Amino acid sequence: MDLFENMEDIYLAIVLAPLLGSVIAGLFGKLIGRSGAHWVAIAGVGVSFVLSLLAYYHLFYNGGEVYNAAVYTWLNSGDLHFEIGFLIDQLSVTMMVVVTFVSWIIHIYTIGYMVDDPGYQRFFSYISLFTFAMLMLVMSNNFLQLFFGWEAVGLVSYLLIGFWYKREPAIFANLKAFLVNRVGDFGFLLGVAAVFMHFHSMDYIEVFEQAPALASVTVNIWGDESWSLMSVICICLFIGAMGKSAQVPLHVWLPDSMEGPTPISALIHAATMVTAGIFMVSRMSPLFELSETALNFILIIGATTAFFMGLLALVQNDIKRVIAYSTLSQLGYMTVALGASAYAAAMFHLVTHAFFKALLFLAAGAVIIAMHHQQDMRKYGGLYRYMPITWITCLVGSIALIGFPGTSGFYSKDAIIEAVHLSTLPAAGYAYVAVLSGVFITALYSFRLFFMTFHGQEKMDKQTWEHLHECPRVVTIPLLILAIPSLIIGAWFAGPMLFGDHFAGAIHVAEGHAVLLELGSHYHGEWYQIAWQFFVHAISHPTVILLAFSGVFTAWLLYIKFPTVPEKFANNLSMIHRLLVNKYGFDDFYQKVFAGGAKGIGRLFWQMGDVKLIDGLMVNGSALSVRWFSGKIRQIQSGYLYHYAFAMIVGLLLFLAVFVHKLI
Amino acid sequence: MFAELPILSLLIWGPVVGGIWVLYAGDRQEETVKTLALIISVVTFLLSTLLYIDFNINTHEMQFVEFSYWIETFNINYHLGVDGIAMPLIILTTFMTVLVILAGWEVIEKRISQYLAAFLIMEGLMIGVFASMDAMLFYVFWEAMLIPMFLIIGIWGGPRRVYATIKFFLYTFLGSVFMLVAFLYLYSQSGTFNIAELQLLPLGLGAQKLIFIAFLLAFAVKIPMWPVHTWLPDAHVEAPTGGSVILAAILLKLGGYGFLRFSLPITPDASQYFDTMMIVLSLIAIVYIGFVALVQQDMKKLIAYSSISHMGFVTLGFFVGFSIYAATGSTEGSVFALEGSMVQMISHGFISGALFLCVGVMYDRVHSREIKDYGGVVNTMPHFAAFMMLFAMANSGLPGTSGFVGEFVIIISSYQASFWIAFLAASTLILGAAYTLWMYKRVIFGDVANDNIAELKDINRRETFILSALAIAVLFFGLYPAPLFDAMHPTLEHLFEHLLQTKTIL
Repeated sequence: MDLFENMEDIYLAIVLAPLLGSVIAGLFGKLIGRSGAHWVAIAGVGVSFVLSLLAYYHLFYNGGEVYNAAVYTWLNSGDLHFEIGFLIDQLSVTMMVVVTFVSWIIHIYTIGYMVDDPGYQRFFSYISLFTFAMLMLVMSNNFLQLFFGWEAVGLVSYLLIGFWYKREPAIFANLKAFLVNRVGDFGFLLGVAAVFMHFHSMDYIEVFEQAPALASVTVNIWGDESWSLMSVICICLFIGAMGKSAQVPLHVWLPDSMEGPTPISALIHAATMVTAGIFMVSRMSPLFELSETALNFILIIGATTAFFMGLLALVQNDIKRVIAYSTLSQLGYMTVALGASAYAAAMFHLVTHAFFKALLFLAAGAVIIAMHHQQDMRKYGGLYRYMPITWITCLVGSIALIGFPGTSGFYSKDAIIEAVHLSTLPAAGYAYVAVLSGVFITALYSFRLFFMTFHGQEKMDKQTWEHLHECPRVVTIPLLILAIPSLIIGAWFAGPMLFGDHFAGAIHVAEGHAVLLELGSHYHGEWYQIAWQFFVHAISHPTVILLAFSGVFTAWLLYIKFPTVPEKFANNLSMIHRLLVNKYGFDDFYQKVFAGGAKGIGRLFWQMGDVKLIDGLMVNGSALSVRWFSGKIRQIQSGYLYHYAFAMIVGLLLFLAVFVHKLI
Repeated sequence: MFAELPILSLLIWGPVVGGIWVLYAGDRQEETVKTLALIISVVTFLLSTLLYIDFNINTHEMQFVEFSYWIETFNINYHLGVDGIAMPLIILTTFMTVLVILAGWEVIEKRISQYLAAFLIMEGLMIGVFASMDAMLFYVFWEAMLIPMFLIIGIWGGPRRVYATIKFFLYTFLGSVFMLVAFLYLYSQSGTFNIAELQLLPLGLGAQKLIFIAFLLAFAVKIPMWPVHTWLPDAHVEAPTGGSVILAAILLKLGGYGFLRFSLPITPDASQYFDTMMIVLSLIAIVYIGFVALVQQDMKKLIAYSSISHMGFVTLGFFVGFSIYAATGSTEGSVFALEGSMVQMISHGFISGALFLCVGVMYDRVHSREIKDYGGVVNTMPHFAAFMMLFAMANSGLPGTSGFVGEFVIIISSYQASFWIAFLAASTLILGAAYTLWMYKRVIFGDVANDNIAELKDINRRETFILSALAIAVLFFGLYPAPLFDAMHPTLEHLFEHLLQTKTIL
């Protein structure tokens, strides 16, 4: 077929179409008007989506080959070449489809959500720019471009969190997000530097090919202690992932990022950008597989995030923040999967999560529109009567999130839990307990949100109540579209993605770590057979399902049956409650120690170093001493000839003395 | 095709003569004078592009060489030429001068012809510095250039301009006196001022050390390095916008150029001997100054400190090469670091120039440089805010902008020398973003802070043009730095190979 002859052009178009849309909407927004801006942006991302599907088809069903080539040379220095290029394999093409699809849906939803906003065109320009940056990140074939995409999505995230730039919390949150991400990028850049030094290349494939040969290399970082090179590289790179994918202790920016408009919370801070870290580690699996130290580290960080951030969702009353903490927790699940070497399971959960979490955010956005931008769930209640589509789609998202049997989240989450269970790494025990108890927490906070919003007593004020109605179709249709994959995609892809060869060649798992292979030995046949066997297995080993149901049941008890109980809990366990409300004190600690400390150091250096020591003592001090010295010396210039003659003789004698001394 | 043309002489004397012409035309016909100055600067810029077009990127040899005898008694000659180091800097100079002339268009109210003439004359002198192949000629241009800058700050500067000019003048003059002594010593040893010959002159380590220190005093002040940097914030604060732009974009680069042209090649053994000290001073500049920039309340001071921090990368790239070579046994990483420094200089010219112009745009309207007097500028000046966002991000080293290239190259190269050098240098990722974006937040974001902000008018066509030109440059070299690297590579590769050959005589 001719269509697939010039794949390079297609890949270029996938990246450039959203960029073009962004530039047109951004620079000519006034000229083309609001509808012009959204059409051009939607068209750009739409083209990207359709072509991504084409690329997907080509690779999986058309016998297409993995594409790995440079687009242009960024710079040359002797034998060093830095190129911009694409690696289109099973991993990247999966990401491309997910990113462009969710982005496209959210572009459409935005028409409804931002309808009254004066920054309409700017918003479309930003989200298209984001799609471009994210595609550059996932399609890259080298570390340099990865870093470009990595920082570029950070930039757009910064711009969008601060989209409503008049609001103080928004512009506080965006600066915080950028700086915390920069802490991660700091580690990431060091990792890239280490790769560059030891592999002399930035190209993924070249690096991966050399990696096994360098597995036993050690480096000295501090004193004489030698570290495994691979551990240093992997931990540095993972610090970058911790920033972008908001893992403890670099998670603090994500809840605050909810200050941005809801569509971007769905797109950037749930479905795509925050999963960049997960994608990156999966991409680097040939490196991470060589360092068990790094894998253990990842397991601990991921498990901690999955459990403890989930707990925080229980005490939040802002509907978006509950979902934000849920995102943190789910990212923790994916990270745990990475640590257990179940990269495919991490990617699978990334995909299913992208759909159901985007759905939940958009549903929350619909509620927020209906409630006139009231985000406090304590002012909601009973909304199912007024917003049936939102209600049912939010329910779909919630059951997918908690892993209700058959939904997409059920397959992906169960796979992670089983994989961790099989992992033999020392940290896997802790991780298993954390992700297992996380199931209960997830169900509890999800249905707390669901019941507080859609059921129970109606607590909104009268004015809001009078205008309460379902959102327009431009909002509800995206919800319905996202609900479909949230339900079915898990069953459909569990077989091929987890146990099949969906990611063949793109993900590398070392022999001793092949947990998914071990897990997969129980399942056979076509995708529907595997889905069924999976289902049966979960029913016959019902721990996870029981945990989830008991979470839902507890939520029902606490928020429908006995709605006064949660307050009593909060009062009786005030210590714990306060700890959770204060988010374990991370924010305060960072604000005081790092933000405050940096300013303190800055003032100290400036006032003590520059003003007092250098300018005061050295510069103006030397000016003063010149004045003092010239005052003294002025007395020597007395004008008497014999004074000068005397001085000359003394000088001559001194010179002679030195000269003679040297000769001897 | 223009090989016969004495391009360098035209580039030097064209603006100088043009400047005198503008001076002669006087203030009577303001529009004519301004147009004349603009035409001169544009023609100079166009002429300078010939340097790139006709430049042979395959050789480290000097190109466009011009030679005639000047003071034969002392073997001082009018000897010009450019290589991969000088050529980009000259084009940067001519490019920035056009923008500076435009920037002063409506803003300078007194003695406009003298103002424009000062910049044109300075342009010629700066090109002279970059093009000189004779040390005395270099010295003459180097010192002469101080005069117009002195006048620009002293006449069109702010309230504390006298303190700032004296400080600026004394600092830089003190440094250059030592440089002159070094030149005279070298002449006494070799009988020539030809820079290329001086680079080949064998010298004992003791003599090299003294010469290195003499050069260091001149160039460290200029670039500036910690702890001889305190003149820069004062000079910037008092200088008019155009003065700040030229100061940041070009004058600082003279220090970097001096290291490349004199310190490193003339005293390679001493450079190696002192390299740890230089690396430490560079890292102090990056980290210490990064913290100091964080707490500045005056926008110009903040950008001035940011400049010092960014120049820390330049000196780091210059001197880290010896350790990289020692660690890897290959010149590749060292040459790469040198290239990173050069790119950092060019890029910093665009970015700091742009940021000072941005502050100028706001200062012209509000007449304050204090951050606290601003807030919510985006509400009334959205286009301006977008430009400044780009430049702020470039200053924070965002990939895709030119600010990223140099820092990235220097960090990944210096990692080869030591993890900790790269670690400290990479802290700029956090610090640079912190001080730049925190300032941006307080000045641009937020609700309208006061009546001054409420009445602001967005940038006009002239300002849009200036900022667009810089934005294009920043993005172009961020997305495609290859032309710069290609032009510099043979020169810098040759330079580093030269550095490895000891010049000491036993």
